[in-house]
Amino acid sequence: MRKRKMSAGRSVAAVCALLLTAAAAGCGSGGDDGKGGHAPEKLGKGEGEVNIIAWAGYAEDGSNDPKVDWVHPFEKKTGCKVNTKTAGTSDEMVSLMKTGQYDTVSASGDATLRLIASGDAAPVNTALVPHYKDIFPALKQQPFNSRDGRMYGIPHGRGANLLMYRTDKVTPAPDSWRAVFDDAARYEGHVTAYDSPIYIADAALYLMRAKPSLGIENPYALDQKQLDAAVALLKKQHKAVGEYWSDYQKEITAFKGGDSVIGTTWQVIANLTKDEKAPVKAVLPKEGATGWSDTWMVSSKADHPNCAYRWLDWIVSPKVNAQVAEYFGEAPANRKACAETSDPDHCAIYHADDEKYFKRVHFWTTPIKQCLDGRKDTDCTDYAQWTRAWTEVKG
Amino acid sequence: MPAAPASGSRLRLTALLAPPLLWLTLAYLGSLAVLLLSAFWATDSFTSDVVHTWNTDNFHELLTTPVYRTIALRTLSIAAAVTVIDALLALPMAFFMARVAGRRWRRPLLVAVVTPLWAGYLVKAYAWRVMLGEDGVVNAALAPLGLHGPGYGTTAAVIVLGYLWLPYMILPVYAALERLPGRVLEASADLGAGAWRTLRSVVLPAVRPAVLAGSVFTFSLSLGDYLTVQIVGGKTQLLGNVIASQVTLDLPMAAALSAVPVVLIVCYLAAVRRAGALDSL
Repeated sequence: MRKRKMSAGRSVAAVCALLLTAAAAGCGSGGDDGKGGHAPEKLGKGEGEVNIIAWAGYAEDGSNDPKVDWVHPFEKKTGCKVNTKTAGTSDEMVSLMKTGQYDTVSASGDATLRLIASGDAAPVNTALVPHYKDIFPALKQQPFNSRDGRMYGIPHGRGANLLMYRTDKVTPAPDSWRAVFDDAARYEGHVTAYDSPIYIADAALYLMRAKPSLGIENPYALDQKQLDAAVALLKKQHKAVGEYWSDYQKEITAFKGGDSVIGTTWQVIANLTKDEKAPVKAVLPKEGATGWSDTWMVSSKADHPNCAYRWLDWIVSPKVNAQVAEYFGEAPANRKACAETSDPDHCAIYHADDEKYFKRVHFWTTPIKQCLDGRKDTDCTDYAQWTRAWTEVKG
Repeated sequence: MPAAPASGSRLRLTALLAPPLLWLTLAYLGSLAVLLLSAFWATDSFTSDVVHTWNTDNFHELLTTPVYRTIALRTLSIAAAVTVIDALLALPMAFFMARVAGRRWRRPLLVAVVTPLWAGYLVKAYAWRVMLGEDGVVNAALAPLGLHGPGYGTTAAVIVLGYLWLPYMILPVYAALERLPGRVLEASADLGAGAWRTLRSVVLPAVRPAVLAGSVFTFSLSLGDYLTVQIVGGKTQLLGNVIASQVTLDLPMAAALSAVPVVLIVCYLAAVRRAGALDSL
C-alpha cells in the first residue's frame, strides 16, 4: 500500500522536476504535495537498522581509529544498527540515493538540489529533531537545503576547499589561487586539482578577481561565455597538473611522496597528511574559496525512517557534532557543540560562528539553467554542460 | 525402434544445453542488449534521471565531439602498445621456456609466469604506484644514470598494463612452441638455415596464431581498463574513465560511450579470425 503511494509521488516528482527545469517559476507552491514523499508527523518505533551514505569521516565506528567512534554508542542507545556506505563524490551520492536502498545521506550543496528535484529526498519535519533548535541560524533555510520554506534536511557542518602546499617545495608561501592557475607552470607536473565538474567553480572564483571584465558574480552561475573562460583557464592548468584527485587517500599519498606539491584540499586531508609527517600547510587564499555545507537528508523511499530521524538528531547533538567536526576538520552546525570540543579553540579556528568568514566561502550549489545570481536576461550553463566541459578539460 | 533412443538423447541434450543457453542469451547477451538500448535514451540534465525518449543524440554527440575521438584514439593506441610490448617480451621468454631451458627448469619458470596471476589486480597496480612515485625505487635506480622515471602518466599506464597482462600472452605462445615438432627445426638447420632464418621462416609462422590469440586478451583487457589508469595514469583519461565518470550522471551517454570499445573489439576479433588465430582456441 505504502509502496503504491510512493510511486504516485514519484511520478508527480518527475513531472515537477521537468517543470522545474523548463519553467523559471518552478513547481509553484501547490505542486509540492507529495513530492518526494511526506515528512512524518511523529516518530514510531525504530526499525532495528539504518542504511546511510556518508562522506569519509562522518560515520566513524572505531575501525579507522579506536578512539573515534560515535556509531556504536548510537546503536547501543537506539537499537538501530548502522550500515554505512562511504561515497567519494557528490555524483556517487546522488546515484546511490536513486537506488532507494538508503535511508539518509550527508549531501553537500552540489547534490541537495538534484535530490530534491528528482524526488529522492523527502522534506524533513524539523520538530522531530530536537537538536535542530541549536543549529546556527545561518545554516537554516538556505537555498541549497530548503524549498518554499521547508527544510529538506538537517545541517551538519561546513568548510572551505583550501589550498594545500608542501612547505619545503613551494616558496614563498602562496596566498592566492594564482599559484595553481596563472602561476601553475612553476610546479609543472606536481599540481593537483579536485576531480569533479564542480571544480570549474574554483576557476570561476579565481576569475571573479583576476578578470573582472567577465562579470562573474557567483561561481555557480556562469553563462556560456563565462564557462568558456573558466574552461580555458582549466585547460591551461591541465598542462601543469600531475594528477587529479577524488579519493582522499590518493591525495594524502601524493602529497606525502612529493608527487603533488600544491592544490586544493579539505582540512581533514591536510590534518591526516600532517599526521603522516609530511610538511604541508593549508590556507584560505585571499580570493576566498569554494566550499561545502553538508545536510543530512532523508530518502523519500526510506525503509527505516524512524531510525533515520534518530540518526539525524544524534549526528547534530552537541557532543557528537563536536566529535565529527574535530575529526573531519570542519565547523560544526550545532552552536552548543563548540562547548564540547576537546580543543576549546576549535570553533574559533574553523570560524563556526563567523559569518563574515563564510561570506568568503561560496558553498557548492548545483548549477542550473536559471542563473543563481538573479540574472534574468540570459541562460546559465547547467550541471550537464559542466560535466561535458570537465571531460574536455581533462582531454 | 532406432528412433526412440535418438529422440531420447536429443531430449537429454536439450535439457543439458538449455540452462547455459538460457544464461547466455538472457543474462549475458541480454544485459549487453539493454546497455545498447539505453544508449538511445536521454537524461534529465538536472536530476540525472533517465528519460525514456528514443533519440540518437548521444551517438551524434559521440561522433561530433572532438574530445571523444581523442580519448578513443588514445585508448586504442595504449591497447596496441601494450599488445606489441607483451608480444615482444613473450616471444623470447616463451621460446626459452619451451625450447632452450631443460625439462627441470620448465616447471619453475611456468610457475613464475603464472604466480602473479594469483595476486590481486589492485595490489599489483598499487605496488607499481609506489615504485613509480617521486620517491619510488624506479627514480632511485635511475638517479645514478642521471635519468628520471616516467612518473605517473600514459607511459606508466602502458608499463603497468603490459605487466598485468603479460602472462596472458606468454601462455598461449609457450603452448604453441612446445607443440612445435623438433624435427621441423632440425630440418630447417639441415637445409642450411641459420638461427635467424629458422626463427623468421619456421618459428614465427608457427606461433603467429598463438600470438594473435594472446593479443585478443592483452588488447581487449587494456581497452576496457580504467583502474590502472586511475592509479598510475596521472591525468590520463581513457574511455573507461569517461564511462565511469558518466555512469552516475548520464547513463545513456555512458552506454553510448561503452559501445565504442565493443565495436573496436568486434572489429579486432573479426580481423584476428581471418588470420586464423581463433581456430586453435
